[in-house]
Amino acid sequence: MLSIKVDAAAVPPAVLAGMPRLRWGWAGAGLLALAASCGVGVLVGPVHIGVGTVVQTLVGGAVDPGQANILWSLRFPRVVLGVLVGGTLAIAGAAYQGVFRNPLADPYLLGAAAGANLGATLAIALAPGTSVLGVNVVPLAAFVGAGAAVSGAYALGRSVTGLRSATGLILAGVAIAAFFNSIQSYVQQTQTSSIRQVYSWILGRLVTAGWDDVLLILPYVLLSVVAIYLHRRLLDALTLGEDEVTSLGIPVRRVRLIVVVAATLGTAAVVAVGGTIAFVGIIVPHTIRLLVGRSYRVVIPLSVLFGAAFLVLADAAARTVVAPAELPIGVITAFLGAPFFIAVMRSTRAAAL
Amino acid sequence: MRTHQPGASAKLAVRFGVVAFLSVFFAASCGGAPTSATSTPASRFPVSITAPGGATVTIPRRPQRVVSLSPSATEMLFAMGAGPQVVAVDDQSNYPATAPKTQLSGFTPNIEAIAAFTPDLVVAAEDTAGLVHGVQALNVPILIEPAAKNLDDTYVQIKQLGAATGHAADADSLVASMRSQVGSFVASVAKPARQLRVYHELDNTYYSVTSATFIGQVYKLLGLTNIADAAAGAAPDYPQLSPEYIVASNPDLIVLADTKCCQQDLSSVAARPGWRAIVAVKSGQVVPVDDDVASRWGPRIIEFMRAVALHVQQLEKQAA
Repeated sequence: MLSIKVDAAAVPPAVLAGMPRLRWGWAGAGLLALAASCGVGVLVGPVHIGVGTVVQTLVGGAVDPGQANILWSLRFPRVVLGVLVGGTLAIAGAAYQGVFRNPLADPYLLGAAAGANLGATLAIALAPGTSVLGVNVVPLAAFVGAGAAVSGAYALGRSVTGLRSATGLILAGVAIAAFFNSIQSYVQQTQTSSIRQVYSWILGRLVTAGWDDVLLILPYVLLSVVAIYLHRRLLDALTLGEDEVTSLGIPVRRVRLIVVVAATLGTAAVVAVGGTIAFVGIIVPHTIRLLVGRSYRVVIPLSVLFGAAFLVLADAAARTVVAPAELPIGVITAFLGAPFFIAVMRSTRAAAL
Repeated sequence: MRTHQPGASAKLAVRFGVVAFLSVFFAASCGGAPTSATSTPASRFPVSITAPGGATVTIPRRPQRVVSLSPSATEMLFAMGAGPQVVAVDDQSNYPATAPKTQLSGFTPNIEAIAAFTPDLVVAAEDTAGLVHGVQALNVPILIEPAAKNLDDTYVQIKQLGAATGHAADADSLVASMRSQVGSFVASVAKPARQLRVYHELDNTYYSVTSATFIGQVYKLLGLTNIADAAAGAAPDYPQLSPEYIVASNPDLIVLADTKCCQQDLSSVAARPGWRAIVAVKSGQVVPVDDDVASRWGPRIIEFMRAVALHVQQLEKQAA
């Protein structure tokens, strides 16, 4: 594992002088939004469970065992999973945008989604229902696939451009993603009986193995979020331009590698259990840029909070809009997210872009 | 011979069409028990058949080289004794074992590959990728028998396939036998004293079926309450159910039509978070069925119905 300790003091204070810090008010608003969305998340669902019952269950009071079962086994882990997945996708998106200085970058830029989709499709089609050490093989395969795709893109990008430019890396990611997608489509064509499960996976869903999934991804998510958070000043410094930053003595390539590895690790973990949920990694950081500020010391922490809140709400919608059936969460994130983002862009006159 | 055409990679477009697409899909992966075929009086050819698809197809002579791209149609043809006239079936037609399975695909059909079998009749479940146009260009009659919505559709399709292959009398007796067995299953379950709830599982992401589907009407005929019907209207006929709704609905009977695709059984269902509280799991009324039998609209629907009826009888006995 790469060292994630980077001397934050290595960024000369003058570099960051013009960039705003995170104000407590916004941090508080983020925490409040997260708390409120979690409240909504545990209260709504196809099965009506009152506020009193939820509170009683949380404090260990005597409640109907059927409702307690639904809350503890299904709804609570699902909300926690939404927090982890949403927060990680948003921070990973912000990190990618910073490291590539590309506003269109998302956590899947270097092929993580294509790799995860291929891994999951292979597992669903060829090894249905198997598990390794008690863990379903589908998330494992997705995790490995995402890691393999990004590693491949990184190796390819380095061999071509020596990482002098981020563009080479991005193009390598595009090529790897297209290649993996074609294999995935082929496998799916030949295994038509599993097509429903594959699509269910690709569109994203937080219906999973409950607490097992939460525990499965928690270490990776924590590692990823902490590592990116520690690099928020360096990401701010990177906005000055590669040459200038290099002349200040900041190891640009090492920073890029560490942030990409951290973001990929987190993305691979959450994609493994939630599927390739679209849109969160792009829309959440950009909304924060428009509403709060462009500094990564603002965007990085707020992305975690608002990303988590957004996905928990989206999941609440996914399981209530057509209840008792469900919609794929990927449909909801884009359907709710796109109009909201357009409204934000219009109201801010896109000045910050 | 490679007959699969890698799908168009316009994945985004595909994603949003997927729900509609899937509905066709599982209906389309199909099966039928071979029953003894009686000798057939020569039907009069040419025959004209108006398939549910709408088009009228004229078959000039009794076909000797039938290509079936529909697993359900394959099972029907073999069940009525038309098997010897079938020269090729698609890659999903895995029943009966004697069917001449090839790499032909009913989902991404390749006209050249079909033409290579020099068919005198092609049967399929859907007109995808220009199938009908392409086969007609070869001057070969093609019959589209789409996913049946109910048992009557199945009976009609069996009779049409019988007429098309010169097995009209065999088809009639197959239908008569199916009708009488369905009647006996329905009679074997008393009007339930209490409403028994059933959850039919298509895969381990909790896709299910409402009573509006072919398989769903079997439960209806047996007097069961289908928990997926609560999703009717808001969701498609094959809704993906919320797990907390399934647990809260507390079904008396769980039918697993995902034993092959997803290797599900009583123990894997019991291991899902919260599912141990379901009465069907507690009492072991979790019925594994063959995915294919439960997703086709061929003669093997009788086997499926027999298995379910048996469990309904058990549940009624327990309740008594």
